[in-house]
Amino acid sequence: MTDVAYPVTTAALEADSGGDVADYVALMKPRVMFLVVFTALVGMVAPPGSMHPVLAIAALICIAAGAGASGALNMWYDADIDAAMARTAARPIPRGRVTPSEARSFGSVLAFGSVVCLGLMANWLAAALLAFTIGFYVFIYTMWLKRATPQNIVIGGAAGALPPVIGWAAAAGTVSLAPFVLFLIIFVWTPPHFWALALLRTRDYERAGVPMLPVVKGEDATRLQILIYSIILAPLGMVPAIIGLGGTLYAAAASVLGALFVVLALACYREREGEKAARAAKDLFAYSVLYLFLLFAVLLVEQGFNIHVGALPHIWTS
Amino acid sequence: MQDAEQERKRRQRKRSIAIAWVLFGLVVLFFIVTIVRLGGHVADRPI
Repeated sequence: MTDVAYPVTTAALEADSGGDVADYVALMKPRVMFLVVFTALVGMVAPPGSMHPVLAIAALICIAAGAGASGALNMWYDADIDAAMARTAARPIPRGRVTPSEARSFGSVLAFGSVVCLGLMANWLAAALLAFTIGFYVFIYTMWLKRATPQNIVIGGAAGALPPVIGWAAAAGTVSLAPFVLFLIIFVWTPPHFWALALLRTRDYERAGVPMLPVVKGEDATRLQILIYSIILAPLGMVPAIIGLGGTLYAAAASVLGALFVVLALACYREREGEKAARAAKDLFAYSVLYLFLLFAVLLVEQGFNIHVGALPHIWTS
Repeated sequence: MQDAEQERKRRQRKRSIAIAWVLFGLVVLFFIVTIVRLGGHVADRPI
């Protein structure tokens, strides 16, 4: 055996930018991943029957990996936009910590692995739904809609709304109308959530050439759209209680949380100038995250915990 | 320049260790999931 010294080529350096583990974690958008896992968990405990806790955890890991794959592939394709926006300029690719090809490979392997593992560990219906979600987010939203239409986040929101349906399919092996009610809630929640943020970052989106609603139609039109979606969202949030997915506690929580959403959307609609307008948009954005989290948390408590019989979660009683 | 190269190698090593842990975790997960899916009576069959 002889030692051979290989010359370090430019291509080799380009192939390995020397990103840290933390950079790869950031590529997966961990905060989005948390919301995906959380809503998938609610979809998982909601159907009748029970799922073995080990299989539930394994399925959630696969769904989390699928969400991470979507994030990485989104960052790969949108690196030019990310570099032009203050909010995203510190992401791993614009900072030069991870090369675009590394992010693409990482995302692709993760996407393939998460779908195959979910198929093997849960079932192939859930795996197909996960594959569809990743594909929709990457090909339909990221590569097409985001740069093409102000309705980008409305249609693209379907990808973010699917995790409860995937969770339901993983637990039940089928899908019914009920998980699509959860889908609809997230789907209608997405536009006011993102447009509240877009109101605060209009210049950023304009500079990056992303046709967000405030850039294309103006801030006032966006405020009106936010209000309309919020008025639809508030009663829609009550539907799980009507179809039996949620109980009295959920009905009470959904009505209070939904009313507060409309109040904040109304404030955002009324305040159109200066610091007050920015404050109203900021408040609505922050509250929208809390709204979805609390709504699904109440559903999780009611559905997941069999409080009438014992204190153990539903999924732990198999 | 040498410092940068050392730093790059250190990060590469950390990534390799992380990949090893993920693979090990997957092996354990697949093992446990297999046992769960087979059910508790898999060892009761005649040999």
